[in-house]
Amino acid sequence: MQKKYIVGPKENKPRSDIRITYTPTKKSLVFELSSKVDVLFGKSILSQAEAVCRDLGITSGKFLLEDFGALPFVISARMEAVIKSAHPDITAESLPPMQPHCKVKSTRDRFRRSRLYIPGNQPKLMLNAGIHKPDGIILDLEDAVAPPEKESARFIVRNALRTLDFFAAERMVRINQGEMGITDLEYIIPHNVHLILVPKVECSEQLKAVDEKINRVMKACGRKEPVFIMPIIESAKGVMHALEIAEASPNNVALTIGLEDYTADIGTIRTDEGRESFFARNTIINAARAAGLQAIDTVSVDISDEEALRSSAREAKALGFDGKGCIHPRQIQSIHEEFAPTVDEIEKAKKIVLAFDDARKQGLGVVSLGSKMIDAPVVQKAGQTIELAIASGLVSKKWKEDE
Amino acid sequence: MIQNSVGRMVPNIVNGIPQVPFKGVGKFSPEGNQAGPLIRNCAEFPMDGNKIVGSLKEALKKAGLKDGMTISNHHHFRNGDLVMNQVFDIAADMGVKRLRWFPSAAFPCHKPVIDHIKNGTIDWIEGSLNGPLGDFASRGGMRGTGVLRSHGGRWQAVQDGEVHIDIAIIAAPTADEFGNATGDRGPSACGLLGFGLVDTLYADKVIVVTDNLVPFPCVPWQIQGQNVDFVVVMDKVGEPEKIVSGTTKLTRSPDRLYIAEMTAKFVQAAGIIKEGFSFQAGAGGTALAFAIYLKEMMIDAGIKARFIRGGSTKYLVEMLEAGLTDFILDGQTFDLEGIRSMRENYGHVNTSPFTSYNWHGKGNFASMVDVVVLGATEVDVNYNANVVTHSDGRMLHGIGGWQNCLFSKCTILPIPAFRDRIPIIVDNVTTLVGLGELIDVIVTERGIAINPLRKDLIKATKNSGLPIRKIEDIKAEVDDLIGGPPAKPESTDEVISIVKWVDGTVIDSIYKIKE
Repeated sequence: MQKKYIVGPKENKPRSDIRITYTPTKKSLVFELSSKVDVLFGKSILSQAEAVCRDLGITSGKFLLEDFGALPFVISARMEAVIKSAHPDITAESLPPMQPHCKVKSTRDRFRRSRLYIPGNQPKLMLNAGIHKPDGIILDLEDAVAPPEKESARFIVRNALRTLDFFAAERMVRINQGEMGITDLEYIIPHNVHLILVPKVECSEQLKAVDEKINRVMKACGRKEPVFIMPIIESAKGVMHALEIAEASPNNVALTIGLEDYTADIGTIRTDEGRESFFARNTIINAARAAGLQAIDTVSVDISDEEALRSSAREAKALGFDGKGCIHPRQIQSIHEEFAPTVDEIEKAKKIVLAFDDARKQGLGVVSLGSKMIDAPVVQKAGQTIELAIASGLVSKKWKEDE
Repeated sequence: MIQNSVGRMVPNIVNGIPQVPFKGVGKFSPEGNQAGPLIRNCAEFPMDGNKIVGSLKEALKKAGLKDGMTISNHHHFRNGDLVMNQVFDIAADMGVKRLRWFPSAAFPCHKPVIDHIKNGTIDWIEGSLNGPLGDFASRGGMRGTGVLRSHGGRWQAVQDGEVHIDIAIIAAPTADEFGNATGDRGPSACGLLGFGLVDTLYADKVIVVTDNLVPFPCVPWQIQGQNVDFVVVMDKVGEPEKIVSGTTKLTRSPDRLYIAEMTAKFVQAAGIIKEGFSFQAGAGGTALAFAIYLKEMMIDAGIKARFIRGGSTKYLVEMLEAGLTDFILDGQTFDLEGIRSMRENYGHVNTSPFTSYNWHGKGNFASMVDVVVLGATEVDVNYNANVVTHSDGRMLHGIGGWQNCLFSKCTILPIPAFRDRIPIIVDNVTTLVGLGELIDVIVTERGIAINPLRKDLIKATKNSGLPIRKIEDIKAEVDDLIGGPPAKPESTDEVISIVKWVDGTVIDSIYKIKE
């Protein structure tokens, strides 16, 4: 019996994906294709499969391709994954061209109100993720991907990073825990990932290992753009080491918390009111601020309860968080609305910004509003509030002209 | 074959009947008189009004069922029809051959009809060809050419004498012995019976089949007994729970919801939502979601519609009952709430293709609607659209009221830019069903494209902040993602169905697929 290697979706009627069964043989290459878009793309699928074989030096064996309308980047990822599961020592890659829209840059202090998790093994959920305008899109290699799918997901995520237009969203990947996560970095750092979420961080050494690996891969591939890091704290130990973690890497831009694991770790369950995590969340916020980072709240997992999401986002904002995670595109707008500044906040911020402009025009070193002196952090916060208000569509870009 | 005014090759003669090639929108005006029904004499019918016969078979025999006849029915039970398969089983038992089936629509539940085509009972179907019937026809299984017509076009074809109905079968959820019938009540209630109206007016013989016989009079009488020859009582005529098809469930796809939301925002930005306006959003998850977004906007703005054109669903009923519209002018009920409302609400009115769609009407409701949202499988860069075939050439579904609705004041197609790997915006639609000059806006998840002919809409939405783009740009973006435009399907030159325009001219042909 010849050994068969299978990658791709297991369910009966997947969409926008392909399942490939590879039987290495000594005979010349054979492709068997069944596809729901056979008439329209059959030839294209076969020639793409052949191209991947060429790139990876495969000249024999049998491939059964069961296609369900997969896009080209998915077909090549699945081909590469199935070939490398049979031949782990192949180092060549079959990379789709890096699209111009994939070369966008990010900045350290951009908004991170919403970050949308997408399972790294589900290309169909990635295709249109950007149209829902989250601040960040996380292609998840960790919890959302079942262990047997992990290898295959790396190729999907890599090819997605080179192909898909995520529009203005920051391009994020959550890597696995431990050694596997360190290896994940090889697949994503060369492909303009903006930010790495590191799960289950409990001490600074973990981030140092990540940093080291990032630096090595960057050097090897010639990447110059920085790679930002967002550690996820998900345990009592992590919470108690929050400041150490926040200060561990110069590439840290934000600190976040995973409450499902954290509440289990401290021996309780997660509730809507969240009293059990009040200490942890406050600790995260304070550690983040102390280290000059953004603080981002946990994910809301109940996608059907919009009011619960909104009230949790309101509370997060009130506590001092800058954003919140989500797992469904319909959550994004609610989060953005709740994190948008209020009318009072906007009016106050406008006054401060205008007072600051005045002071600068007059060459004054001190900003004052009425009889009150205004400190630099307050001015900076006011500037951010205005930017957020503009992003939320509450204030025109040219607001100063209207004042 | 002859080339029509939009460059499509169409047959001159179909099923022995000479055809007029499409000449352009509003360019074909036949004159003279219409087909008339047989003269009826009341003396030939029982004075006591009792037209009940013992069985469906007896009724068909009395109606003179024989070889080569045209048998028609309405589709208000959608996929829950229990009558038509029995009709053709009986016809097969009687050894009748070469029938033409003329339904207002057919559904997957009519799959057994394929066997009756194979055994010679039926030659061909003139009505929507979808699901298993579409596949069968696409492979050239029918003896005779399919004719796809809009709901309005079906009425027109009967009035023009192009289709003469020999026997009409009217499944009726409630009826009396005289033949008065209604769809809005009874254990098998399906709402209304408007699609069967033309059949009862023009067919030689009309058989009402019911599972809920009430003593005369059956009120309301959506179908009038004066047009009915026989009444048959059976155990069950339809399964109303199967009226609810997949197309009447609200979408949960975030992309579809986004498209629906953009569509509603566009309608708002274009200034269409104002006191006393009207809209139509048929079945299909995105259209239903559009109605819900619209509802929110109407509540926020304190605006009420004068009328909404159905197919009705519980979402439209909620709007009616919340006072957000004065009327639902309903052509078919898509769910059980719609049926209840039709029975209970004065403002929920049953209509027919005659009131809304018929080319030979002196005007139509459809053209009075302020905005309509419709689906499509393909749209070309000139806004021509296809709704009857897949991109690979296989038949997908019927036209329904789609062509007729294009005449509304603003026609919007909210559609995903691609389905799996198949792009929606193409260079050339596989089958041309709707003219670009009548299609105003395409809303996709990757942007909104406005037909350049609609300068008013372009101007009105210019500063709306909505993602308005050139249709060519959206196409280029999608082609890039899917690895270039798809290959053209290979087809034979054998025409298996024609597509009619609303005036009865032939707009395109559908060919047998190459296996």
